[in-house]
Amino acid sequence: MPDTARPLSPHLTVYRWQIQMVTSIVHRGTGLFLALGTALIVWALLALASGAEAFANLRAFCASWLGLILLLGWSWSLAFHLLNGVRHLLQDMGLGYEPRQFVLNGWLATIGSFVLTALIWAAAFMQRGGA
Amino acid sequence: MSAQLRTPIKIARGLGSAKHGVHHFMVQRITAVALLGLGIWFVWIVLSMLHMDYATARSFVAQPFNAVLMLAFVGALFWHAQLGLQVVIEDYVHTGGVELALQIAVKFLCFLGAAACVLAVIRVALGS
Repeated sequence: MPDTARPLSPHLTVYRWQIQMVTSIVHRGTGLFLALGTALIVWALLALASGAEAFANLRAFCASWLGLILLLGWSWSLAFHLLNGVRHLLQDMGLGYEPRQFVLNGWLATIGSFVLTALIWAAAFMQRGGA
Repeated sequence: MSAQLRTPIKIARGLGSAKHGVHHFMVQRITAVALLGLGIWFVWIVLSMLHMDYATARSFVAQPFNAVLMLAFVGALFWHAQLGLQVVIEDYVHTGGVELALQIAVKFLCFLGAAACVLAVIRVALGS
């Protein structure tokens, strides 16, 4: 329970979903998810420092279904957070606030995040074919 | 005449803008700019290491250039994560004790994560 039980104004439920709010919410969501993903980075670096066996365990986890689904989620989250983050940095400088521009660059960041994710995985699979 | 006996300069001195009000905002943006480059570099590093055997992967990260960038990456990463998580907790957790506990836990975990990564990179780089 909050310390002060103040009345709340109508919130998310009364608004039509639109790109402006979705990018903002998803930016936070991906940020939280990426923060959880730092656990894998810690594991990976510790495994690299500790030996071949630990590294093999890490590799087995990443190649498992759970690992692949998580990596897919983290790669898209990184792509979205990165592109929408650039958008936020531009907004901090006062750019791209016209409603038309705002909607357009919201869609650009969203579609771009899927393109970037596809590129990352294409690069990963091409290596498998090439090697 | 004001009821104040102190002169206006006495009141103003030392209380003016030290430009610290935007410190959190600025550090979040600076680490974001750093992660823009380092994040792309990290994805490239991971893609490069996908099919390396253990010894090759280790010596790859041990290269001074890669080791230094990896240290910069984990530093900026955990700093940025801590700042972001702090704001999320401030926005959504309004129970005093829980909020304080979460804020402290996030700071401790981010520091531990960063420290573990730094130690690991140093061990890899120095081959110990």
